[in-house]
Amino acid sequence: MATLTLPVEEKKKTYEQEALITGAEAIAIACKLANVDVVTAYPIRPYDTVMQYISQLVADGEMDCEYIVAEGEHSQFEIVKHASICGARVFCGSSGVGWMYAMEALTVTPALRVPMVAMVGNRALDDPGAFGVEHNDALAVRDLGWMLTWVDSAQEALDTALIAYRVAEDRRMMVPLALSCDGAFLTHSQALVKIPAAEQVKKFLPKYDRGNLLLHPDNVISVAPQVNEDWVMEVRRQNYAVTEIACDVIREVYADFEKTFGRKYGNPFFEEYMTEDAEVVLLGMGTMSTPVKVAVRKLREEGKKVGFVRLRWFRPFAGPEIAKCLERFKAVGVIDRDFSYGSPNLSGVVATEVRSAMYAGSSTRPPVLGFICGLGGREVTVPDVEQMTDITFQAAKGKAQLLTQWIGLRG
Amino acid sequence: MGQLLAVEIIYRGVFQKTLAKNITRDIVLAAHNEGKLGISFGRYGDAPERNGIPAKSFAILADDEQTLEAGMAQYEPKHVDLTVVLDDTLCKGAESWAWYGLQPVHKALKAGHTLIVVSMEDAPALLKNIHRREEPYGLGVLKGAASFSGMWVFKDDHTEVRVLGAIAKALPEVMSFASLEKFISEKLKNPLKVTSARTAYDRFTSIEVKAGEGSSAELYKFEMPRWEDMRCGVSVKGQPQGGPYADPITKEVGGFRPVRNELFKKYSTRTMRPVVNFSTCTKCTLCWLNCPDASFDVTPDLTYDANLESCCGCGICEAVCPVKDCITMVNESEFHDNKSQWAEFKKDKDAYLKWLEKTIATAEPAEKRSHGFRYRGQYEEQVPEALEIARKG
Repeated sequence: MATLTLPVEEKKKTYEQEALITGAEAIAIACKLANVDVVTAYPIRPYDTVMQYISQLVADGEMDCEYIVAEGEHSQFEIVKHASICGARVFCGSSGVGWMYAMEALTVTPALRVPMVAMVGNRALDDPGAFGVEHNDALAVRDLGWMLTWVDSAQEALDTALIAYRVAEDRRMMVPLALSCDGAFLTHSQALVKIPAAEQVKKFLPKYDRGNLLLHPDNVISVAPQVNEDWVMEVRRQNYAVTEIACDVIREVYADFEKTFGRKYGNPFFEEYMTEDAEVVLLGMGTMSTPVKVAVRKLREEGKKVGFVRLRWFRPFAGPEIAKCLERFKAVGVIDRDFSYGSPNLSGVVATEVRSAMYAGSSTRPPVLGFICGLGGREVTVPDVEQMTDITFQAAKGKAQLLTQWIGLRG
Repeated sequence: MGQLLAVEIIYRGVFQKTLAKNITRDIVLAAHNEGKLGISFGRYGDAPERNGIPAKSFAILADDEQTLEAGMAQYEPKHVDLTVVLDDTLCKGAESWAWYGLQPVHKALKAGHTLIVVSMEDAPALLKNIHRREEPYGLGVLKGAASFSGMWVFKDDHTEVRVLGAIAKALPEVMSFASLEKFISEKLKNPLKVTSARTAYDRFTSIEVKAGEGSSAELYKFEMPRWEDMRCGVSVKGQPQGGPYADPITKEVGGFRPVRNELFKKYSTRTMRPVVNFSTCTKCTLCWLNCPDASFDVTPDLTYDANLESCCGCGICEAVCPVKDCITMVNESEFHDNKSQWAEFKKDKDAYLKWLEKTIATAEPAEKRSHGFRYRGQYEEQVPEALEIARKG
């Protein structure tokens, strides 16, 4: 089930070639175009597709980088962390429990201002063992200073990988970024992708420059000392300062991306589909956009005015924009491909965040329903979407609904 | 609000951790015998599991629950009614792991209150090392060697009850001797300990230390920058490499002195310091190579001078030195500054060697040293000696 719809406008032919590739392959090509210096790898499905493609590019002589196969994910992320502090542009990634095994390295990366770009091939966390998509793996770093973005097509994966390096390495930012790609639907499905020329990318993506944060004999610094209570709050405040300006930086980079490559994403933070006259909307992240869009078109034919909002950036979370967008609908149904046991209203992570954004950012607050759907790689089907839309319409009519409902569950 | 009292015990981790914890617990339990409420705790940021690190333990007492809560609503007491120092080498100041710099042992002590030091020295000798302060205070010595136990081990040499006896005398508001006696009899169940506490109580006296009296050693200072002014990336400027330096007499330049951290000197961890005989040094490099803190400066003569702002006093240099009496560890309380020994040696060799002979004569042989645990059966030998001191007072 490859994503076929491209929600972008093309101004002119600004690409070098078109290829039929997977989302993972698209990211590997983006790494080549970004001239990444150090790549670390450790296999886990579905992330491993990207490491295979990169090793192929290196073996074919198309890409020149240090390619290190680590002995586990913790080392994998530690190695790129150190390489990045020494001035290398780095790439790595993982999936599911592999990402969790790297957790200690992941937690230290934002405070050290390491602009690492990592691909998370979203995968259910064991147990039970499953290869399929679930968003809890990437979401585990949501509070730690990582930027988190979800893509829904191979083209968007390639474009966002380039944008990721530009945003992460911006001297005002210098924090890591996880590029989340749904296992199977994105990582293993091939779609037609326009690949830009290396020259264009060079223009868009300046050289990585750490300035006085570079660990080098000519710039004698000591990184990550034990500091205790006298310094920790100040260090945390510095990372908080990054989040204060993150949305502005992202907007700037998308504008420049459009100027360079001619592809326009509009609002960087979320994509709106058939929302103009919609009474209710569904909201979700990642490749569920395909069945949801198909269902929305079908429901529209039946006269039901429903739209879809696909969230691209989860961190930073563009709270005011999202509140402003959603306050015009009569009800909102948030589809979570994740769970957050014991959370307020027992909702998924995205629904909880959306409600929080609405509470502060909007005076007219429509009901926000939470749906847990498509866990462990289960399909989000068109009938599922129809069911969620019906429930959301009921809420719009003022009929009380459970705030969290499981959809597509046997029982 | 009722009365609120805070007692502070300054000790060396890890060797006195159990002792300090016992004393603050005992204070709370003994004071409870007369109806007071209290808590005891160690200063969390100290990480007192590290060898020799200056650390603190507190007892807070109150007449009622609300008063106690007022005393607990802070990380540690800013002002204390009594301070006890369990090892006299700490009189030069305590440097916590946190960035407080070197602090005088009486920093938190209220004006006019008492500082108790466990020591074999008398008060005037201790004042050579204790920093001056503007407010007067009382200084009393509880005679005894520093009670140093091995890691996690408690050396039951009656220091615990003797300190309690001295506290009851110095600040009876904490606990009466009757309450202390009841606690020792009922909880520690050892009549001999009651006697030890009573002897300490009876004999404890203190002198008044006047404003401005004490060591004039200056405390180093540093800035605590605002978050906007700090380097980001949890990075700090590294130390430059260092390099050769000049002989104070001949002005000949040579050797190598590393540049050391100005903000964290850590010498207050030291209970003994190496004393070097530069005339017998064979320049074998072993002390310099084995020093875990790179604390040796290579002199222009290519001998090795322990930098006493950096040295933690671990004694590894003495252990690896192949020349007899070339490096000798001597009790830190014998010294009152951190001057370079090599510079003194260069100024006047004969005078230095005479001083050296006299100084290392005071050093106890390695197997009998006051600080630390060295051999099996050591406590069995040391405890009767300590009890003898306790009896004599």
